[in-house]
Amino acid sequence: MKPAGSIVFFTTASGAGYGMLFWLGLLSTTHTLPTALWYGLTALIIAGALVTAGLLSSTAHLGNPQRAWRALSQWRSSWLSREGIAALLTYIPACLLALSWLIDPHPAPLTALLAAALAIATVYCTAMIYASLKPIRQWNNTWVAPFYLLAALFTGAICLAAITGFANPAAAATLSEFAMLTGLAAALVKLLYWRHIDTTTSASTVASATGLGHLGTVRSFEAPHSEENYLLKEMGFRIARKHAAKLRAYALLFAFAFPIAILFGVVAGVVPVTLILIAALCALLGMALERWLFFAEATHTVVLFYGRQA
Amino acid sequence: MTSLPTPLPGAKKLGLVIDLDTCVGCHACAVNCKEWNASGHSAPLTDSNAYQADPFGVWFNRVHTYEAGEGQGSRTVHFPRSCLHCETPACVTVCPTGASYKRAEDGIVLVDPETCIGCQLCAWACAYGAREFDADDGVMKKCTLCIDRIYNENLPEPERVPACVSTCPASARHFGDFNDPASAVSRLVLERGGYDLMSEMGYQPTNKYLPPRKPAAPAAATPPAETGATSSLLRWLDRALSR
Repeated sequence: MKPAGSIVFFTTASGAGYGMLFWLGLLSTTHTLPTALWYGLTALIIAGALVTAGLLSSTAHLGNPQRAWRALSQWRSSWLSREGIAALLTYIPACLLALSWLIDPHPAPLTALLAAALAIATVYCTAMIYASLKPIRQWNNTWVAPFYLLAALFTGAICLAAITGFANPAAAATLSEFAMLTGLAAALVKLLYWRHIDTTTSASTVASATGLGHLGTVRSFEAPHSEENYLLKEMGFRIARKHAAKLRAYALLFAFAFPIAILFGVVAGVVPVTLILIAALCALLGMALERWLFFAEATHTVVLFYGRQA
Repeated sequence: MTSLPTPLPGAKKLGLVIDLDTCVGCHACAVNCKEWNASGHSAPLTDSNAYQADPFGVWFNRVHTYEAGEGQGSRTVHFPRSCLHCETPACVTVCPTGASYKRAEDGIVLVDPETCIGCQLCAWACAYGAREFDADDGVMKKCTLCIDRIYNENLPEPERVPACVSTCPASARHFGDFNDPASAVSRLVLERGGYDLMSEMGYQPTNKYLPPRKPAAPAAATPPAETGATSSLLRWLDRALSR
């Protein structure tokens, strides 16, 4: 599948933004976060900016972005529609959270928890857009949704920890622990995901696609067209295996290994909390690379008709 | 509405039967499809760089050619691929806007170009590559089963079939109602063992493919000449008289 820059940016940035909102909502009810007004507003504004920039970027993928509002209508059947609705609904408790912080840093638990729940629900809808697509075996599996959720929790926690570091180092250390735990879980799920896609094959083959398997091995003799068409450009994107292996290693290093090492140093008290900022930027970069690979490594059954493996 | 419709009582189930035994791979169906749809309901089917390097165009019908089997037993099979108008099409249910829909009255899967936002999720959801994005219009396009022909009362009745069917010189494409057990398409599927493509997807395609017939047994080898004639004239006479 072709990795569209707009979607890679959207899922990475919005994932981190929703993750921040989740932790802000959840931890403001447990009085774990700093109470300074500037802190609450800065954190909520950065979370909102990441979410909004991502959502706007996703409309760049549309052929008719001015009609994007129509995408809110089919929530009964479409995960994309559900995602749009969940994304918009999340703005309500998120804005209430920001308003209430102006008055009191301990917002009503209902608003805070609603913001956290809707943020997570939005990320789940995003994941299910991919996980529900049967023709793409690298997406249509049980590892996709857990990874999207853990990735959002991890990048959200590390971004929030970076900001918290400037307000309250103790609270930043607590957040760093959450980030470490979710980061390790996310890395583990990603490894299991890679093992899954490497060891399974498509249930569909050129034999089942053409129904000619009863005649013997089916080979593509002649393609319908000499140049690439939409299907091959969009669904037939290919990445060389050796590059994929290297990029996986870079994704693991940047998204998880380096940031978690810094977080560990912060928790152990040997690294200054301000370094979490570097860890957060590194994690976002690594996550964008992971998201690019999520597309680049995915294959679609339509390529079977062209005699390729799905 | 992108939820699938409950079929109306007595509704038709329109679709195609494609006979892989008689298809000669001439691509006339693909060309006539392009010609009709570039000027009808789905117009324009954008072509870019049509007469230069890297031509790129939107087509609803593509003819593949496969080799199957080994050696003497192998076959060359021409294989037209177009929208199968599935009974449970994921391309419809994933659509966030309701632009992609399946008609309750005849099962045709269509895209409303006025409400499509061009997110292309339907093309990802289709296992068969039936949908192609028209970047110029910013909307997804697909086979309409020539909805602007089959119900077109300005056309003489024999022409009220999809363009691909009307043009096929080998009569390898058949159009009809699969809900009518007496229709030509229903009988062909029953008699010739019509099958679904990628049934494991669970999309329940309406269009059916007829498998290539088994090849006739090879002709018995010609018995060796009896005369031992050496001259070419005599050998020819021997062959001619042996027929």
